[in-house]
Amino acid sequence: MATILAVENLRVHFFLDQGLVRAVDGVSFTLEEGKTLGIVGESGSGKSVIGQSILRIVPPPGQIVEGNILFQHQENGATTQIDLAQLDPWGKKARSIRGREIAMIFQEPMNSFSPVHTVGNQIIEALRLHQDVSAAEARNRGIEMLGRVGIPQPELRIDAYPYELSGGMRQRAMIAMALVCNPRILIADEPTTALDVTIQAQILELLRSLQEEFRMAILFISHNLGVIAEISHEVMVVYFGRVMERATVSEIFKAPLHPYTKALLESVPGIDTPVRTHLATIEGTLPDPHMYIRGCPFFGRCGECEGNTVCRDEPYELTWVAEDHYVACPRICVPM
Amino acid sequence: MEESREAQKYLDASTRQLIWWRYKKHALAMIGLYLIVGLYVFSMFCEFLAPYSKDTRHFDMTYASPTKIRLFDDEGKLKRPFVREVKMDVDLKTQQIRYLEVAGTHYPIRLFVRGDSYEFWSLWEGNLHLFGVDAPGRLFLFGTDRMGRDLFSRCLYGSRISLSIGMFGVALSLLLGLVLGGVSGYVGGWVDSLIQRTIEVIRCFPSIPLWMGLAAAMPPHWHALKVYFMITIILSLVGWTDLARMVRGKLISLREEEFVLAARFAGAGHTRIIFRHLLPSFTSHIIVTVTLAIPHMVLAETALSFLGIGLRPPITSLGTLLKEAQNVTTIALYPWLLIPVAFVIATVLAFNFVGDGLRDAVDPYSR
Amino acid sequence: MLTYIIRRIFIMIPTLIAISVISFIIIELPPGDFLTAYTAELSMSGEAIDQVELESLKKRFGLDEPLYMRYLLWAWNFLHGDFGHSFEWNKPVRDLIGERLAMSVTISTCTLLFTWLVSVPIGIYSAVRQYSWVDHFLTFIGFIGLATPNFLFALVLLWVSYAYLGMNVGGLFSPEYSEAPWDLAKVLDLLKHLWIPVVIVGTAHTAKFIRIIRGNLLDELKKPYVTTARAKGLPETRLILKYPVRVAINPLVSTIGWTLPELISGIAITAVVLNLPTTGPLLLRALMSQDMQLAGTFIMFLSALTVLGTLISDILLAWVDPRIRYEAREVK
Repeated sequence: MATILAVENLRVHFFLDQGLVRAVDGVSFTLEEGKTLGIVGESGSGKSVIGQSILRIVPPPGQIVEGNILFQHQENGATTQIDLAQLDPWGKKARSIRGREIAMIFQEPMNSFSPVHTVGNQIIEALRLHQDVSAAEARNRGIEMLGRVGIPQPELRIDAYPYELSGGMRQRAMIAMALVCNPRILIADEPTTALDVTIQAQILELLRSLQEEFRMAILFISHNLGVIAEISHEVMVVYFGRVMERATVSEIFKAPLHPYTKALLESVPGIDTPVRTHLATIEGTLPDPHMYIRGCPFFGRCGECEGNTVCRDEPYELTWVAEDHYVACPRICVPM
Repeated sequence: MEESREAQKYLDASTRQLIWWRYKKHALAMIGLYLIVGLYVFSMFCEFLAPYSKDTRHFDMTYASPTKIRLFDDEGKLKRPFVREVKMDVDLKTQQIRYLEVAGTHYPIRLFVRGDSYEFWSLWEGNLHLFGVDAPGRLFLFGTDRMGRDLFSRCLYGSRISLSIGMFGVALSLLLGLVLGGVSGYVGGWVDSLIQRTIEVIRCFPSIPLWMGLAAAMPPHWHALKVYFMITIILSLVGWTDLARMVRGKLISLREEEFVLAARFAGAGHTRIIFRHLLPSFTSHIIVTVTLAIPHMVLAETALSFLGIGLRPPITSLGTLLKEAQNVTTIALYPWLLIPVAFVIATVLAFNFVGDGLRDAVDPYSR
Repeated sequence: MLTYIIRRIFIMIPTLIAISVISFIIIELPPGDFLTAYTAELSMSGEAIDQVELESLKKRFGLDEPLYMRYLLWAWNFLHGDFGHSFEWNKPVRDLIGERLAMSVTISTCTLLFTWLVSVPIGIYSAVRQYSWVDHFLTFIGFIGLATPNFLFALVLLWVSYAYLGMNVGGLFSPEYSEAPWDLAKVLDLLKHLWIPVVIVGTAHTAKFIRIIRGNLLDELKKPYVTTARAKGLPETRLILKYPVRVAINPLVSTIGWTLPELISGIAITAVVLNLPTTGPLLLRALMSQDMQLAGTFIMFLSALTVLGTLISDILLAWVDPRIRYEAREVK
C-alpha cells in the first residue's frame, strides 16, 4: 500500500487578539491510497483545522507554523513529492491541487452551496477550472456525476437551486462536486452530522462504494464514533489539538488504551446496551484554548491518573505500543 | 488569579454594567457622548453662557466679523486675553463694510460679568454672564448677523430650540410608535394589517415634501410658539413609523417566548404582560432607535426652517440661523454665517456615534 | 414570475389610493378654499373679478360639494390628466410640472447610478481589506457623509466654489441654454451641470451603501459556501466576485425602495439651495403662496414615483435572487 499523504508534526496556530490558540499542536499521521482514516474528537479539538491545513484553506488569523504535509503529487503522469505546507496558499500550485487532487466536503449541505447559483453551475465550475473541457461536455459530465451519486433525474436536477433539494440530496450533490475532477484524496469534514440517521447511512454507503470505484483515500472527520466505525480503516483520536491515540478501527474499539478513548467509547450507546442504563459522560470541558499544556491535556478530566503530576508534566509524545497502535498517555508510555 | 477575579467581576455584573463596560470600549461612542452632554449643557444654560442675549442688536456692528482675541499687547508682552474696540468703516473702493480695530484700546475678557438681563428658564431674572468684556469693547466669537446680533449667543440659543425639538419630537414619536406598534404586534389580526399598511403608505412619501406640505398649511398669523408645537407634531407624525415597526417586530418575536406563555398561564393580564415582561426585554433597543431618531428630527427641523416654512422668528433655531445664509453672495462676504452648520453636523454625528455604540453594546450576542 | 409581478401591481393600488387621499388632504389643509384666497388677491391688486369665471371654477372643483365628493372629483380629474389650476401662475398645473418632474427623475436616476457605481467597489474593497487604513479612512468619510445633510453640503460647496474658484455651481444650465429649445448642445450643457447635485445628494447615500455592502459582505465571507468555493481551487478574486458579492448585492437591490423617497427628498431641498429647475423650488414656492393644487400635484407625483420605484426594485430583486422567486411560487 502506497502512502499518498504524510503529515509530520503539523502545528497550526491562531493569532487572536486575546492570545495564541494552538489549534493543531504537533499532529503526525499518514494516509494510504484507497484507505480511510477517521479523525475523531470533540468540537473544538482542532480536527477540522487539520483538514483545512491540508487544503491550505485555514481561515486567518490561523497559520501553519511548523510541520510538513508531504503529498504525492501527480502531474502529466509523473509523481513528485510536494510539501503542501510550504506552498503559497493562494498560489497557482496550491489551487491546482485543491479540488483536482484533493477535494473536500463539508458539514452543512444547506450553506455549503451558494444559494443564488444552481447546483450545476457550481459543479461545472469545479470541472472547468481544472480540466480543459467545453461547456457542453462539462455539463454532461456533471449530469453523469450527479447520476453516479444517486440523484434521480440528474438532467433536471443539475439546474436546481440548492434550496430546491432535500438535505440528503444536497450532500449527494456536494459529493458529486467534490468528485467531479476525480480526486485522489477526499477530505470529509463531518459530512453526515446534519443529516437524519437513515440518510446518514445512505451517504456513508455511497462514500464507501465511491471509494472503491475511484480508489481514493478518505480523511473522514467526525465527532461521532459510530460513524467513524462504519467507514474507517484506521482511527485517530484528537484532543486539544493533539493525537491521543491512533490504531486500526478494530484495535480502537476492542482494546482502547488511552483513558480519553475509553471515556469516548463508554459514552456511545451500543446496540447491546440495556435500555435505561445511564450513559457515561466525560466530566468537565476542554481546557481553555489559550492555555499551553505541556503534558497530557486530558489531565484533570481523566479518571485514571488521579492527580498524578507525571501526567501533567511529562512532555507530550505519541508512542508506539503495538503494531499500528500509538498512544500518548504518560501512564502507559512512561515507566513510573 | 487576577484573571479569575476579573472573570468573576463579569459574572457578577448587572446587565446595565455590562452594557456600560462594552460601551466604554467604543472610542467614537465616548466622543459622541461627551459631545452630546456638552451640547445639552450649553443649551440648558445658554442664558448664562452666552455673552449677549439672542436679540440684542448692535446697530453699529452689523455683519461684524468674529472678534480677534489678542494675547500680546503693543509691546509684545503676554497679557490675559483681551480684545480691542472695533469701529465700522466703509471701504471706498469696494463699497463694502469692514471693521477696524482701534489701536491702543484694551478690554480684557473677564469672567462672571454683568450684561444683558435675561429670565433664566423664565423663572429667575438675572444679568450674570460667564464671560464678556466691558463696553465699548465687544466680544463676538462668531461675528454678528445682518442686524448686529451676536452669532455665538444665537447659536447657543438655536441649539436649545433645535435639540428640544429633537427631544420632544422623538418623545412624541415614541409614544405613537409604542402605542401603535404595540397594538399592532400584540393584538395582530386586521388591526395589525391596517397599521402596517398605514406605515407603508407613510414611508412611501418622500419625507421632506410631505413635511413641507404639512408645515406650509399652518396659517402665517400663528404665534411662533404654536408653530413650534405644530412643527414638533408634524415631525413626529411622519417619524413614528420606524419605532412602531421595531416595537411590533420585537413583540411578535417575543409573544411566543416561553416566559410570556408562562406569565400568561400564571394568570397575568395583558397590561401586566406588556409592561412587566415584554417592554423591559427590549428597552435597550428602544433607546438605540430613539438615539438614532433624534438627529433625523434635528435635521428635519433645520431643513424646514431653512426653507422658511418651519420655525419663524422670534424663535431662534439652527435652521432659522441658517436661513440667513441662503444667498451665495452673502456667504461669500460673511462666511461666519455658516458656523451653525458645524453645530448641526456635530449634533448629528454625536447622536449617530452614541447610537452605533449603544447598538453594539446592548446586543451581547453581536460579535 | 409574471404572476408575481401582477400580484405586486395589485398590491400597489391601495397604496396609491392612500397616497392620493393624503395629497388631497394637504391641498385642503389651508384654511378657507383657494378661491377665496384667489378673489382676495385679485381684489387687492385691483383687478375686476369675473363672476362667470368664478362660477365655472367653483363648478370645476366642486367647491359647493361635500369633502368626499371633492376628493372623488379631484381624483377623477387627476386620472384624466387634469391636475387642477395654479392660481399663482394662472396656468393649468399640467403645463407647469412636466419638464420639472422629468428633471427630478433624471437627477434621481443619475444619483442612484452614481451611488451604486461608487459604493459597490468601495464597499467590496472595505470588506475584503477589513481594518486596513483604507477601510478606516472610508469609514470616517462615511460618517461625515452621513452626518452632513444634503442642503448644508450644497450650501458649503456653493460657497467654496464661489468664494475660492469664482464660479457659480448653481442651476442646471448655463444662462444661454436655460430658455433654449432642447438640442444636443443643451443636453451636453445639462450633463456639465448635472454632476454637482448628483454628487451632493449621492454622497450621503453612497456612505450609507458602502456600510451596507461592507456589512453584508463581511457576513457572507464567513459563510461555508465561500470555503467550499475555496476548496475547489478558485482564484480568490474570481471567487469573491462570483459568490459572496453576488449574494451581498441582493439586499441592496431591495433598498432601492426606501432610497428613492430619501433621494427625492434630498433633491427637493438641494434644488432649492442650488436653484435647480426641478420640482423642489417650485413646490416650495407653491407651498409658500398656498398654491395648493400645484403643491398637491407635486406631492402626489413624487410619492407615486416612489411607489413605482419600489415596484421596480421588488421585481428586480425577484429577478436577481432565485430564492424570492421560489418563495413567490410557494405562496401562490
